[in-house]
Amino acid sequence: MDTPPRSVTAKVFDFPRNAWYAAAWDHEVSARTPLARTIAGVPMAMWRSTDGAVSVLADACWHRLAPLSMGTIHGDELQCPYHGLRYNPAGRCTSMPAQRTVNPSAAVPSFPVVERHRYVWVWPGDPDLADPDLVPDMHQMEHPDWAGDGLTIAAGCNYQLVLDNLMDLTHEEFVHSSSIGQDELSESEFEVTRDGDRRVTVSRWMRDIDPPPFWLKNMRDKFPGFSGKVDRWQIIHYEAPGTICIDVGVAKAGTGAPEGDRSQGVNGYVMNTITPESARTSHYFWAFMRNYRLDSQLITTQLREGVHGVFAEDEEMLVAQQRAIDANPDHAFYSLNIDAGGMWVRRILDEMLALEGRGNDADAAVTALRPAANG
Amino acid sequence: MAIDSVISWGTAEVVASEEVAEGVRRVVLAPDRPVPARPGSHVDIRLAARDGEPGPASLTRSYSVVASEDGGRRLTLTVQLADPGRGGSRRVHALRVGDRLPVTAPLQNFPLGVGAARYVLLAGGIGLTATIAMARTLRARGADYRLVLAGRRREVLPYLDELAAEHGDRFTLHTEAEGGRLDVAALVSEVADGAHPGRTELYMCGPIAMMDAVRRAWADAALPPTNLRFETFGNSGSWEPQEFRVRVPRLGTTVQVTPGSTVLESLEAAGVAVMADCRKGECGLCVARVLDLEGRLDHRDVFLDDDQKAAGDRLCLCVSRVAVPDRAATRPTDTRTTDPAPCGVLTLELP
Repeated sequence: MDTPPRSVTAKVFDFPRNAWYAAAWDHEVSARTPLARTIAGVPMAMWRSTDGAVSVLADACWHRLAPLSMGTIHGDELQCPYHGLRYNPAGRCTSMPAQRTVNPSAAVPSFPVVERHRYVWVWPGDPDLADPDLVPDMHQMEHPDWAGDGLTIAAGCNYQLVLDNLMDLTHEEFVHSSSIGQDELSESEFEVTRDGDRRVTVSRWMRDIDPPPFWLKNMRDKFPGFSGKVDRWQIIHYEAPGTICIDVGVAKAGTGAPEGDRSQGVNGYVMNTITPESARTSHYFWAFMRNYRLDSQLITTQLREGVHGVFAEDEEMLVAQQRAIDANPDHAFYSLNIDAGGMWVRRILDEMLALEGRGNDADAAVTALRPAANG
Repeated sequence: MAIDSVISWGTAEVVASEEVAEGVRRVVLAPDRPVPARPGSHVDIRLAARDGEPGPASLTRSYSVVASEDGGRRLTLTVQLADPGRGGSRRVHALRVGDRLPVTAPLQNFPLGVGAARYVLLAGGIGLTATIAMARTLRARGADYRLVLAGRRREVLPYLDELAAEHGDRFTLHTEAEGGRLDVAALVSEVADGAHPGRTELYMCGPIAMMDAVRRAWADAALPPTNLRFETFGNSGSWEPQEFRVRVPRLGTTVQVTPGSTVLESLEAAGVAVMADCRKGECGLCVARVLDLEGRLDHRDVFLDDDQKAAGDRLCLCVSRVAVPDRAATRPTDTRTTDPAPCGVLTLELP
């Protein structure tokens, strides 16, 4: 490389636009009422046509920019709440008040959309680059070998803070001490690998340890009356820009889980996809999927509510962190060894931004402000 | 859309110029401030008169961007020499590598949409230039599309081999010698009888007679009007622009409208306050009532529907004109030429 890579420790990280982002759970978009949601800084209005297809338009009427999401659905079309202009799923205006013709220029941007893995994905950037094969792999969400459910967190922080959080799980020891935290998390070795342009994997194994309360309960769901030591794993799979699927579980100690035999254990997948809303707010979609006792709605609901409680602890920390960042504009981020996964994520996102001719230069000013104090 | 309709002038250098068909030149511009051009966009360029050249010192003309490469660092235009034209194409053909000229950032009047199930791109003659980048983009998207080109002779149409190689069976050529003349009715029936007729968009650019025929066939087939896409800056009306007179009795004002100007511009130049916005015959804000007329109305707007146009009692001042059909086209080079035919006269009431 001719020049060293740019620093990627921006505190308020910019987001790529040429990417698929989860915009909503599939069940949130209906044929009855439009849904308003801002994705990567772009306000959008979403609805379903009579054939069930989802349409996503810019949430501003061509005429005077009234929000279309406040309007009404008529057949396949969305009607502006202010003067009644109507738009088809491609964003073309099909009728205007008090005139016989429709101005052929009248249209609002229509965004590429794909419905997959129980989410509606939209591409806020250049539509000509929107390749559906780039939708992140979250197949466990709708695969017959897996069962589970999830919720959405309206996270009051920059999306990268959530990604940092999920790429380093040593925080569980401190943030989630009553459920999944344990000392061995920060005592064990971990391995980080970057795989191609858009993936990073962080793996951690903890052998012959006591299961924390959350995992003991799950083991007993599958192996009633279980007690004893377990081997525990966390394999974090990141896929750009904002999807992190974490292969988690425990198995009876010494039964071969690290070598590939997980039959004596329980396996879950924490499915996370984080969509920037604004520079300081994010849509954090998550679900917990499991591959045992698939028919138990009781376990599905217990796991969803349990993880919901755990993630509320993260949310509280992330919002407090964002507040402290904003209250300390002249202070920079420093990195620890545990940040390796998150830093690779930042590098990948920065490469995507560079391809769009953008970067995180706002933070370069902060770096420049930080003179000899640490030198 | 909105963001692409703000005119921003810069300078560009001509980095290539070559003949690509009979009377058709490909000119590549390298703008100083490159901006990528989306499919369907155009640039305005300002063409200065060379020493001794007749006509205005500077002409502004719009040309479609055929290709935008390297983030807009190379913009390809393709211009057919029009004779008799208004001089713009002659000046483009005289451009040489190394010339510098004022050029706008890409402007978008003809955006390619997202979300249609099928696309038909129809070009007549040099109107092809507006559709080339669209076809390339639709191919890259993996969309269901067709590119149909109609022209008189193969020799005057550029890029035919490249288009055939790039688009294969999706590209159809109609000339009098090959494929026969374009059957507009058959093309539109194919849309109406094909898959997803209500979600098929047809984009067209070419002679007004071709576009009128498509519009009629589209309406007869009861296809959604909004799915028929065309740009309006190329609307050339039914007659060549002529000079005519406009009277506004209430204000005691009379102005002459030259072939290169519009009623709106002429009234504004005379100090008359006229309400207008889009200036391309779309919004209807400048519609005025016709009190009397000598000559024929040459409607060039898309605001009034066919019945309203036929009634002849109003017109869009920004684009529509008056013509005396059998009068020879005026020659703007010499207004003193004695012209036996009478000049059109339009008497208006303004809102």
